[in-house]
Amino acid sequence: MKKGYFGDFGGQFIPELLMPPLIELEEAMKTILPTEEFQTRFTNMLKENVGRPSAITYCPNLSKDLGLDLWLKREDLNHSGAHKINNTLGQGLLAKMMGKDVLLAETGAGMHGVATTVAAAMLDMKAVIYMGATDVVRQAPNVGRMRLMGAEIVAVESGTKTLKDAINAALRRWLSDQETTHYCFGTAAGPHPFPTLVREFQQIISKEAREQFMARNDGNLPDVVVACVGGGSNAIGMFHNFVPDESVKIVGVEAAGTGEPGCYSSAPIDHGTDGVLHGMMSKLLQTEDGQIEPSHSIAPGLDYPGVGPEHAHLDAIGRVDYTTINDAQAINAFKTLSRREGIIPALESSHAVAYAIENREKLQGKSVLVCLSGRGDKDLGILDQIL
Amino acid sequence: MNKMQVKIEEARAKGKVGLIPFLPAGFPNREQFWKEMEELDAAGASVIEIGMPFSDPVADGPVVEKASLKCLEDGINLTWILTELKKRKGQFKAALLLMGYLNPVYQYGLDKFGADCEAAGVSGLIIADMPLEESQFVKDAVEPHNVALVPLIGLNTTKERMRLYADGAQGFCYFVSVLGTTGQRESLPARIKEKLAEAKEVFDIPVALGFGIKHPDQLKEFGGLMDAAVFGSALISHIESGHSSDSFMEPWK
Ligand SMILES: Cc1ncc(COP(=O)(O)O)c(C=O)c1O
Repeated sequence: MKKGYFGDFGGQFIPELLMPPLIELEEAMKTILPTEEFQTRFTNMLKENVGRPSAITYCPNLSKDLGLDLWLKREDLNHSGAHKINNTLGQGLLAKMMGKDVLLAETGAGMHGVATTVAAAMLDMKAVIYMGATDVVRQAPNVGRMRLMGAEIVAVESGTKTLKDAINAALRRWLSDQETTHYCFGTAAGPHPFPTLVREFQQIISKEAREQFMARNDGNLPDVVVACVGGGSNAIGMFHNFVPDESVKIVGVEAAGTGEPGCYSSAPIDHGTDGVLHGMMSKLLQTEDGQIEPSHSIAPGLDYPGVGPEHAHLDAIGRVDYTTINDAQAINAFKTLSRREGIIPALESSHAVAYAIENREKLQGKSVLVCLSGRGDKDLGILDQIL
Repeated sequence: MNKMQVKIEEARAKGKVGLIPFLPAGFPNREQFWKEMEELDAAGASVIEIGMPFSDPVADGPVVEKASLKCLEDGINLTWILTELKKRKGQFKAALLLMGYLNPVYQYGLDKFGADCEAAGVSGLIIADMPLEESQFVKDAVEPHNVALVPLIGLNTTKERMRLYADGAQGFCYFVSVLGTTGQRESLPARIKEKLAEAKEVFDIPVALGFGIKHPDQLKEFGGLMDAAVFGSALISHIESGHSSDSFMEPWK
């Protein structure tokens, strides 16, 4: 297999001027990540600052309603409210040990921006966050948090003004500032080595969840493991340590947008074709001419026309089933989980929960373990507008 | 020898730097684009770089991005570019180069792209988001059609990587003057000289300097270290403010 590829997907499709920092990062992964110093500091931060291991939670009420056993892996309980912090602390510490003093990041929902800002503050670095102008408005609480913790926020006005354009703008900034700055990429996408690096930091989700589930279920594995897929980081973290378990059905949930015919979705695996964007060969929403289509999802963190290359590969080899949930179904799950279990999920994570609700007939009697990637406080403004 | 190299060396034989203007295809509109092309050609361009617009041009600054997105809105695509060029094959003295991003070319089909470039009289290709590591499959598709894949290098490219790019390279080497995107700059970084000297040593094809260039005076200090100059944003802004390509080219003649 070619370096940095998952089957036919992956690679490093970026300007030559970004190759030196990517090569530097790849080197650091080899020389710094395995050191005891890195591992000890990282593990301590995850324990003391993030609150790992995160719980797994059985949902008694919803399980009864649905006729299945519903378990949640509670990444929403992490400090700063989502799985994103696992990755930003890992990359932040790596960057610090590489001698960088700025963490640059793009963000859609703002969760990755907040998590990067937290990492920067903890590690005494500066955070620079690029965010589409549309997302700055719809995820205002997170913008406020980032400002409070000292981030410089750049609202991106070009293109669709969402995550994809924030990535373009952040890549441009990295071109100029590569000597002092680490691009703390927020998901398991982008040019090699990011998909591998991010998976490395997120696979702790399935490492813990697998052990926790087995401890609570007489050593049995779950029947089904589910996560939402935007760029794919919480999902790859949730899937990684279950991939070798053949009995476990793994499901990735993409966002179908409004679900109406002709509506833009955010489901490149289900609706997209092979192509190159943001440094990777992967599945994309695009026109026949190869122009990138704007995506749509009510969940800003899923609103992205591409997907991490490892997911494209897991789809191609048939190991993971990728399916879609639309905005209305996600909102229903958002309300249902809140009301029945007292847990307000992020709109992104609500897509994964909705899978269990919408497919309850097929799933009767099965144990379903869902990655609750983040909490929904940030989304109350969006919900106020539509409820 | 690739026509791009021939043309740049013709300029050098006259004691001049080769001129490589850049315009997005279909800018400022479909008809006027061909008029600008004719003016650039008549004004002595060695190579004309034609932008293939893309929705997500990561290596471009605001001026080029805005111009390219407008062309996209006007429906410009590769089929239009290659069909219109084919109609005008043999009409331009300058060598023609297409510059863009991989995805549109990939969707067009690499083999068809190579063949259609040849039929349209295109001699070179720049793919801004394709470093050495990923370039082989594109090279394999276009080189049999006499289309050279032009290497892009910059201030942070090591001599070792330059050597890898130089191996088998045709046409010219594009040296990016800044760590950043396209766009005019008031001054160019001091390190350029030293790195240009390295590039001149490594490449046996001409070396062109681009990004941030707006006036020939900027190039005086690089005399002997470069063979050609690329200018895009400055030309686009000039045309946008209602002036002609011809008047832009005047100080360069
Ligand atoms: C709570 C939450 N879940 C999921 C995602 C989607 O990201 P990924 O697909 O990388 O896990 C985001 C992104 O912002 C998020 O905030």
